[in-house]
Amino acid sequence: MTDILIGDPLSARSEILARIRSANRGISVKNRNTNATESWQDIPRTYRQCGTLTEADRVQLLAERLIEYGAGVYRCQSAQVADNIAEILRCRLKRKILLSSDVDPDWLPQNGPAFIHGNALSYPEIEACEGVLTGCTVAIAVTGTLALCHTSAGSSRVLTLLPDYHLCVVQAAAIVETVPEGFRALEPHRLQPITLISGPSATADIEMTRIQGVHGPRVLDCLIVV
Amino acid sequence: MATIPNVDFKKRRAPDFPSAALPLLQDAQLRSNVRHATGVIQGKRARVVSEMPDWQALRDAGQRIRAHTLEHLDIYLEQFEQRCIAAGGHVHWARDAAEANRIVLQLAQNRTGRIIKIKSMTTEETGLNRALEAAGIRPVETDLAELIVQLGHDKPSHIVVPALHKNRSQVRELFSRTMNLPQLGDRPEDLAEAARVYLRRQFLSTPVAVSGANFLIAETGGVCIVESEGNGRMCLTLPKKLISIAGIDKIIPRFRDLEVLLQVLPRSATGERMNPYNSLWTGVHPGDGPEEFHVVLLDNRRTEVLRDPEARETLHCIRCGACQNACPVYRQTGGHAYGSVYAGPIGAILTPQLAMMERGQSLPYASSLCGACYEVCPVKINIPEILIHLRGRVVTGRPKVLRAFHPEAIAMRAMQWMFLRATRFSMAQRLGRIAQRPWIRQSGWIERLPTVLGGWTRTRDLRPLPPQSFREWFQARSHASMPSQNSSEAPHD
Repeated sequence: MTDILIGDPLSARSEILARIRSANRGISVKNRNTNATESWQDIPRTYRQCGTLTEADRVQLLAERLIEYGAGVYRCQSAQVADNIAEILRCRLKRKILLSSDVDPDWLPQNGPAFIHGNALSYPEIEACEGVLTGCTVAIAVTGTLALCHTSAGSSRVLTLLPDYHLCVVQAAAIVETVPEGFRALEPHRLQPITLISGPSATADIEMTRIQGVHGPRVLDCLIVV
Repeated sequence: MATIPNVDFKKRRAPDFPSAALPLLQDAQLRSNVRHATGVIQGKRARVVSEMPDWQALRDAGQRIRAHTLEHLDIYLEQFEQRCIAAGGHVHWARDAAEANRIVLQLAQNRTGRIIKIKSMTTEETGLNRALEAAGIRPVETDLAELIVQLGHDKPSHIVVPALHKNRSQVRELFSRTMNLPQLGDRPEDLAEAARVYLRRQFLSTPVAVSGANFLIAETGGVCIVESEGNGRMCLTLPKKLISIAGIDKIIPRFRDLEVLLQVLPRSATGERMNPYNSLWTGVHPGDGPEEFHVVLLDNRRTEVLRDPEARETLHCIRCGACQNACPVYRQTGGHAYGSVYAGPIGAILTPQLAMMERGQSLPYASSLCGACYEVCPVKINIPEILIHLRGRVVTGRPKVLRAFHPEAIAMRAMQWMFLRATRFSMAQRLGRIAQRPWIRQSGWIERLPTVLGGWTRTRDLRPLPPQSFREWFQARSHASMPSQNSSEAPHD
């Protein structure tokens, strides 16, 4: 695709950059380390970089936070993932579930609902599904956050957006305690689309009353594999 | 309900803050809505901030990241541009609002004649919706609060919760009228459901979306959008084309810097540990999301703010709205009194600067300088100090003749003369003691003062000058022949 040029782009660009340089020349030299990289490294980061909780405590904290957001939380051993998924979906009355490509085939129950791979589906087809099953790249316990890194059409962002139900499987090993640890774990994925999900879609726009479910999935379940 | 003062951002002579605030102060419903909403957010914020042992360290880091970014803004903007283009995006530069709107207009043309929008203060600042409508393109606001504002032909009154001045029954009335839903209930759930149904069709059938941006990441060329409802995810995932407008101040150096800003922003903005959805993307991703992605980098006099060493930290702002919720002035008047897109303490410093001190001169005075805004600011913008600095710029910006003969200037010179010598000062005190006599009521308070001094007593009583000043008492005490600890009675202050 050719680059789209509108109006007088080059002069706007050079004019804005020139204004910035002239404005910054005025500020004291003491504060201006000319090397941006070095000066970035000098930023003091005395906030908590690492958590102190054990894995069991991280699982517990993540569960508490998610429940506070109104999500459903379940825990199971790795051998029982398929059984638990079947049970959760049966209770939620879901029979037609989208699959994200990061789902381990071993998690799928034999006699459960119909699972449909999400790649190559149109928006109306995705919307017609009752829910979506995904994995989770990193989870942050302190904030109750599930980070999804989207790698391909099979795990695209729209899959977890249009269906009204989202079941997310989280491995206990993927749970970190603090936000800085979470971003460190996400660093290798920084060029991919990333969605951080902290509870089901919500709004507090009317009288600051938090209500669940506006446009994104109204129901979020999380199965933690310990 | 009192009418909202019709203040056009474009207009030179917007009503000044006190006259715009007056009708709003008489609107009991509006005041109770604003007070309730800001009170709730403040309470939630206080709770989630108090559980963070490293909150001050995070604020310090946030401040340093923002200051560092501004110092190297040219480098980071160029880096962002280069990386965004490498990832398949297009980058446009706009010197002012009109240029930004022109760029968006050309990109937004499509067969449906409408675009969907994510709530964006920057597009409010450029007046994009008006420009789109003038060109025959209908902008559909998708954030619940923005939808309320748009359907009601209203103006946003808060950075984060633009419809905070409306309560549920007002919203129900509006939705039931504009969406033709006579049976609509007034529980927030009912209202959100109505918005969900109303907007779902638009999301799936509109090929162009316009958004703002919370952060532009120089290192990756990526964009981050912070939201709650999922309308943002819809807009930035479903349409074929996405256009994001962002002020040049929205840049952050690296991906890792989000570990600070995404901790302080949600806790400060809505009192949540994390908001429900944060989306990050870089350019275009084949098979996932829009096929065409544009970023419009907007200056619109931000570089003028950058030029003022005393006030440039205004550009640190990450638009959390915590200063609005904490401000005793904003909590009384709501956002409309500020007559500008950005209300509250941040609006009081940002608006006049973006207008090059030609408009909004009354805004730096719309503050008691109590400092509550500084205390809650997640990136430690010293708003009270900037307010004082801007008051200075308002005064020095006056024409020279007016400056010399301005009543305030004359009063200040008189004060200066009086304070310069102790003898003059004590003489003034003695004169004051005599002059105040007719005004002291039986209660022992001065309830009303004459002339210009009456401004002070219009809303509060004043304690009279005591019969003896501290200096007089002290002198009398040390001249006494037999000074003793309890012989003389200390006057009340």
